[in-house]
Amino acid sequence: MTAAEGSGTLGVEIWRGAEQGHFQTFAIPRRTHQTVLDVVTEVQREHDSTLSYRFACRVGMCGSCAMVVNGRPRWTCRTRVSEVAEDGRLRLEPLRNFAVVKDLAVEMTQFFDKWKEAKGSFEPGPEPKRDFAVVPPASKERQAADAGIECIGCGVCYSACDVVAWDEGYLGPAALNRAWTLVNDVRDRGQSDRLDAVSGGGGCQACHTHMSCTSFCPKAIAPTYAIAGLKRAMLMRSLRGAP
Amino acid sequence: MSAKLFLLQRASAFVLAFAVAAHLATILYAVRGGLTAGEILSRTHGNVAFLAFYSLFVLAVALHAPIGLRNILREWTPWRGRSLDLALALFALLLLALGFRAVFAVFTS
Repeated sequence: MTAAEGSGTLGVEIWRGAEQGHFQTFAIPRRTHQTVLDVVTEVQREHDSTLSYRFACRVGMCGSCAMVVNGRPRWTCRTRVSEVAEDGRLRLEPLRNFAVVKDLAVEMTQFFDKWKEAKGSFEPGPEPKRDFAVVPPASKERQAADAGIECIGCGVCYSACDVVAWDEGYLGPAALNRAWTLVNDVRDRGQSDRLDAVSGGGGCQACHTHMSCTSFCPKAIAPTYAIAGLKRAMLMRSLRGAP
Repeated sequence: MSAKLFLLQRASAFVLAFAVAAHLATILYAVRGGLTAGEILSRTHGNVAFLAFYSLFVLAVALHAPIGLRNILREWTPWRGRSLDLALALFALLLLALGFRAVFAVFTS
C-alpha cells in the first residue's frame, strides 16, 4: 500500500453523454485497496445516480466493466486506483472503437457479431462422434487453444486496436483469437468455413502486428500470436490451392 | 485483402529484401570504383544475369507496391471496390512497363 492510498481525495473526471458529451468532475475519498470500479460505483451511489456504467461479477470473470482509464483501456474491477491514478486524478471514458450508449456504457453488439462472423463457435459437423474425444493436454493444438481460451470478452483489445479504428470491417483481436482457439480444436468440423471467414477483407491479414491487444489484455492473452497463427493457416491453405 | 494478395505481397517482400540489398550494393560498388556510364552500360549490355535479376526485381516491385498501396488506401480513405482494384491494377501495369523499359534499355544499349 502506498502512502497516498487510503487517505486524501481523488479527482475523478467522468465522460457524460454519448458520442457528444463532456467530462464531469467528482471528488471521491481515497480508500484502502480501492478499485476504479469502486470509484465509479461510489460516484453513482453517492453523487449522481444518473451515471450509467456496466459491471456484473466484480472479480474479473464477466468482462463487462472495461473502460478507458487515464487514456488506457482496462478492466476496472481488477485495477487498483493506486496503480493508475496520476497526481491523484482519474479520467474515465467509455471504451474506444465502440458506439457509446450513455456515459461509460458502450454498445457491444458489433463486437460480438464479429465473433459470429469469424465463425467463433464450435462446429460439430453433421455426424458428431458419440464418444468423448481424447485431446492430450500436451498436444500442440491443445496448448495453442489453451493460450487463448480464457478470453472474457471484455473488449479491451478491441478498444486498444488501431486497425479496428481504421477499418470498421476488421474482425478485431478477440474474434480472431476465438477463431484460432477453434482452428486448434481437433473435434471441430467447420475449419474450411472458418478460414474463409478470417481470410476476407477484414480478416487476420489486416492486422498490423502493433500488439496493442496483447499489451492491454487483462487476461494476459496474446491475440497477436493467435492472429499470426491464422495467417500461417491461411497461407498454408492458400498454397495448397484453396481459395 | 484476400489470401492470394497477402501471399503475393509476402512473397514479393521476400524477393525484394534480397533484390534491394543487391541493387544498393551494386550501385555503391559501381560508384566507388569510379565507373562511367559508358563503362557500366558495357557491362550490362547483353548480360543475361543482369536481365534476369532486374526482371525479377521489377516483377516483385510491380506486385508489392500496388498491393501495399491498396491496403493503405483502404485504411485511410473510403475508396473501396472495383474502381480501387482497377486503378491499382493499372498502377501495377505502369510499374511493369516503366521497369521493363528501363531494364531492356540498359540490356540492349
